[in-house]
Parts: sequence; C-alpha cells; structure tokens
Amino acid sequence: MKKIVSVFLCMLLMLSSLVFCVSADGEDYEYDAEYYSKFKGQNITLYVYNWGEYIADGSDETMDVIEEFEALTGIQVEYTTFDTNEGLYSKLQSGSAYYDIIIPSDYMISRMAQNGMLEKLNYDNIPNFKKYVDEVFWNPDYDAAQEYSVPYTWGTVGLIYNTKYVQEPVDSWDLLWDEKYSGKILMVSNSRDAFGIALKRLGYSMNTENPDEIRQAADSLKEQKDVVQAYVMDQIFDKMVEENAWIAPYYAGDYLTMSESNEDLAFVFPKEGFNQFVDAMCIPKGCVNQEAAEMFINFMCEPQVSAENLGYIGYSTPISAAKELMDEELITNPVAYPSDEVLENSETYRNLSDETNKLMDDLWIEVRIGTITLGFWIAVGFLAAGIIALCALQIYRKRKRLVARNAVK
Amino acid sequence: MKLNAKWTSYPYIIWMILFTIIPLFLIGYFAFTDAEGSFTVSNMEQAVKYIPALVKSISLAAIATVLCLVLAYPFAFAMSRLSFERQKMMSMLIMLPMWMNFLLRTYAWQAILEDNGVVNTLLTGIGLSSVKLINTSGAVVLGMVYNYIPFMILPLYSVMTKIDKSVLEAASDLGAGFFSTLYRVILPLSMPGIVSGTTMVFVPAVSTFVISGMLGGVNNYLIGDLIETQFLGNSYDLNCGSATSLLLMVVVLVTMAIFNHFSDEDAEEALV
Repeated sequence: MKKIVSVFLCMLLMLSSLVFCVSADGEDYEYDAEYYSKFKGQNITLYVYNWGEYIADGSDETMDVIEEFEALTGIQVEYTTFDTNEGLYSKLQSGSAYYDIIIPSDYMISRMAQNGMLEKLNYDNIPNFKKYVDEVFWNPDYDAAQEYSVPYTWGTVGLIYNTKYVQEPVDSWDLLWDEKYSGKILMVSNSRDAFGIALKRLGYSMNTENPDEIRQAADSLKEQKDVVQAYVMDQIFDKMVEENAWIAPYYAGDYLTMSESNEDLAFVFPKEGFNQFVDAMCIPKGCVNQEAAEMFINFMCEPQVSAENLGYIGYSTPISAAKELMDEELITNPVAYPSDEVLENSETYRNLSDETNKLMDDLWIEVRIGTITLGFWIAVGFLAAGIIALCALQIYRKRKRLVARNAVK
Repeated sequence: MKLNAKWTSYPYIIWMILFTIIPLFLIGYFAFTDAEGSFTVSNMEQAVKYIPALVKSISLAAIATVLCLVLAYPFAFAMSRLSFERQKMMSMLIMLPMWMNFLLRTYAWQAILEDNGVVNTLLTGIGLSSVKLINTSGAVVLGMVYNYIPFMILPLYSVMTKIDKSVLEAASDLGAGFFSTLYRVILPLSMPGIVSGTTMVFVPAVSTFVISGMLGGVNNYLIGDLIETQFLGNSYDLNCGSATSLLLMVVVLVTMAIFNHFSDEDAEEALV
C-alpha cells in the first residue's frame, strides 16, 4: 500500500514539474535588458500598494508578474493591497505608511494631485508610455497635463442580473428599484457609487455639485432601501454566484469572473448612463526610489505583462499592443471592450468639492440609519428599564448590607 | 536583589501614553475642531443625530452579552470542577476558533445563514420550508455571541477555579440547597469574573462593524459602521468621525462605571 502511495506521489510531482516547464517555456518575451539592469545588485526594495486581486500572480498558468520583475531587475518588491480609494487616501493622509507605487482611480488621482500628495513623473524614464499606451488615454480629465499618472486598467460599472429569475428585458437602473425583486437586490456600499447610480437614474450628472439634485438622489436611495437585501462590495461575488441575490450593480471585469462560475448571469449597460473608470499608477510624495518606481511602471506597460495582468483581472487594458497577445474571446467581448457608441453614454468621475463630498456622505449615513421606527422607542424603553432595574438592585443590596452590619454591631 | 516594583510597570505606561492617552487627546481635539482647526461644537451636534444607530448597537450588544453570560456561566462552572488535565484541554478548545481569522469566521457564518446557505439547503432537503436567517438582527447577535463568547468564558473560568471545593461543601453542610448555594456563595464569589467578562464582550460588540456589515443586511447599520463610513468614506471626515467615537466612548465608559461599581462592593463583601 505504502509503495503505491509513494509511486503515485512521485508521478504527481513529476507531472506538476512538467506543467510548470510548459507554462514557463510557452511565454518567452524579450525585454530591454540594458534599461532594466540599471539597479541590479543595489538591494533596492519597492513598496507597491494595489487593489486586491489586481495583478497576475502565477495562478491559472499566468505569469507571476512580481517575480518576473524581480528576476529581471534585481529589485525587491513588497506588495500589499487595499480595497477602496478612500481607504488608500486616508492611509496616505495619516502618513502611517510608506509606498513607492500606488494605483488609485481617476477621481482620487485628481484629488491627490490637488492636495500635493503625488510626485511628478519623469516620462523619459517610462519610454513604454509613449510607445504603447493608446492615445485616447493621454491627457485624461483627471490628469490633464499628463504629469502624475500612467493608466493601468480601465473598466465600467453596469448592472448584473440573473436571467433565471429576471426574465424580462433589462436596460435600465430601474431594475434596482423594482419591488418585484424585493429582498434579492444588492446595492454598493460606498456613497460615491450609490449616489452615481441614483443620479444617473434621475437623469443628472454623476459629477453634479448641485445640492438639490444630490438630495433628490438621496430620497430615491431611501425609497430603494425597502427592496435592498444588503449594502455590500466584494460580497457581491458570492451572493450573485450562489444566487442568494439576483440583481446587483458592479464592475464589468468582475462580471466576467462571476459568469465563469454561474452562466445564468447577464450584464447590461443601463441606458441612463454609467460610470467608466481608469485606474492608473502614481508615485506618492516622498518616494525615495523614484527612478526604480518608474521602472516598475514601465514594466507594467510592457504589452506582454499588461496582457497577462488583464487576462487575469478581466478588466480592460489601455494598451492595444497587449490585446493582440490576449485571448481572442476576451478582447471581442462587448462587456470588456464595449463599442465607442456604448462608451459615449458613460461618464468618468471627477473630483468633487469638499462640501459636496461631505453632503453626500452625510446624506448616505442618513439613508443607512433610516427613519426612527417604533423599534427604536422599544429599544430605548428596554435600555432605560434595564438601567433603572440595575440601580434599584444596587440600592436594595446596599440597604440590606447596611441592616446586616448594624445588626452585627 | 530587590526588584523595584515601580520600574516594572514603566514599559506598559509608556505604551499606554503613546497608543492610548495621546490618541484619546487627538480624538478629543478633532471632535471639537473643524477642518481648519478652529473650535466648533457642530460635530457634536451632528453626532447626536446618530443616536438611533447608537441605541441599536447598544441593544444588540446588550442582548449578545446577556446570551454570552447565560451560555458561559454554567459551562465555566462545570469546567472549573474538572481535573487539571481536562481543564487545560477545555481552555485550549475554547481558544481554538480564535486561531482562525475573525473576518473569515464571520464570512463562514454568511455562507451558513444565506437563503441558499447550508442551513436552508438542509431544511429544504428534508422537506421543510426555508427560513430567513441572514440580514436580520438575530444574525448579528449570533455573530457577536459566536465571536466573543471566549472572552466571557475565560474570565469566569479563572475566577471560578479559585472557589474552593470546601466552600461549597460548607454551604451544603449548613443546609443550603442548590439555588441558595448559587445565589449566596457562587454568584458573589464569581462577581469579578462576571464583571470583567461582561465588559470584554460588551465593549467590542458595541463597536463592531464587520459582523453587522456581513450578516446584518440593510436594517442593522451600527455605530461602528457609521464611524467607518466617516473615516473611510468619500469626505474623509475626521472631525465628525471623532465626535461620534467620543460619544460612543462616553457611553461605554458610563456603562463600565456602573458595572465596576458592582464589582467593588462585591469584592469587598467577598473579603469580609
């Protein structure tokens, strides 16, 4: 018996090494060796702060991008992840951590740039930017002078629904307010995205600074609350795949990943308009290895690397040369790469004024707390009764003790 | 060699000054200033508006604490009467779930309680109708009890092991029945454990935001979730967030003061 097991184990080991060889051999790619060898042997470490699940890591026969970079340049990479732009912002603001490369989204980049939190890039050190990045992504709204950022991915937010339960044709955000599906609807938990959807549904801009329009959006979000199951972000994955919820707004790229596990899921770009976002690489103020960081950014723009990353993430690449190396099926997918006509209906987030951000968050908390119900007064009553009972007990015991002591005396 | 007891507390005092006292002052400072740093009470006025969320948090945390106490008390007593070897094993078993990540454990409950989760699949499998478990206040209380019950058992247990068998025998010799022994002997002697266990469950439960976010659905927006929104939301509202935290802290301190009052007198009584 033991022998059979060991033979089996040996075979398994050999097989896995074979697989490893194939995947390593299959993807040879020439890099500019001279450019990338500049920092070899200098013991430099780069601190990269990226979104979770946002880089090819060697699983599913992809390239391990970080390892490839380390092997090529001799630079060590410390890789950590964040899950919201706002989380990233407050971490940098508090000054509690050091990073060389961060990958925020469009509106956050302009906010950080305005607050002087980003280092200006030297594009001479990033030759791949001019060489490979598509010209439509040059001088974007969020970085009009092209000083601070190099695009990493882009994508859209649309409406995901399960065709098993939602059999009518869908083309509007109204589905998220539909009482027929009460309790099976998920909503995003961050205020900007939630308000963006509500504003679009009312026919306003996502970037409105008009308090009246924002208040109207808040009212419609309060209305929606009755049909919503939960306000979530990453949990949308599990809840949609396992069919615990049927309708949710989320990122197109994540829809592609979800639909691999559940074929009944469908995706639509709502007719009222939707959000298009770009996540771009930036260097925060105070970076000590800027040139090495720029080398990392340049490496991420290599078509092969971008193809590997985007093939893994499922979002869209701003580098056309990378598309040629990617799965035919993915690059012709209208969800990942919608046509220009569809994209015309999209809107990118701009950085809002502090007042508008504050108003939005305050209203969002109001939506989440909800109105004061009978339950609130019952809870208050019980708590008050509890406190009074405790005090009464305390007084009673004190009396008793006093009586007992006097009796002893 | 004489060990100067005063010195031994210095590392912790330094730690506390750096990571508790100074942050406390910072929260106080932020709570009463605006973004430009000038004095204002508007943050506090705003925080007062969030009392519904605070009341909800306190009620759920109170229910969870009482449930923890009811479950843990008889168990801790039984555990303290076991042989030494068994006691060691039991306390390890209680700690065992804590070796796993808190987030992961709560996430697992989500998978168990979902509409198509483990429990409901079993129920429909044997022909019963499914029940709504997740996205209710009950699910949040369950998550709190599950996650914090070790913090109730351990202090209770450590106090109860010190109750000598002979004390219980004496009570029974003097004619005390089960309830009389419990009420007049065990309860007063274990009061310090009850007080510290209650504090250790109530305080994290009242400020939790992970459990309510994962298991609570739309109607369980607790004060912890609210503070998270203020700090990590769009507007990075340090000032209002600090004001809300301060409000929460005052409430927790008042609750703790009431309970400590209990514990002092009982300790006194136990010594007499």
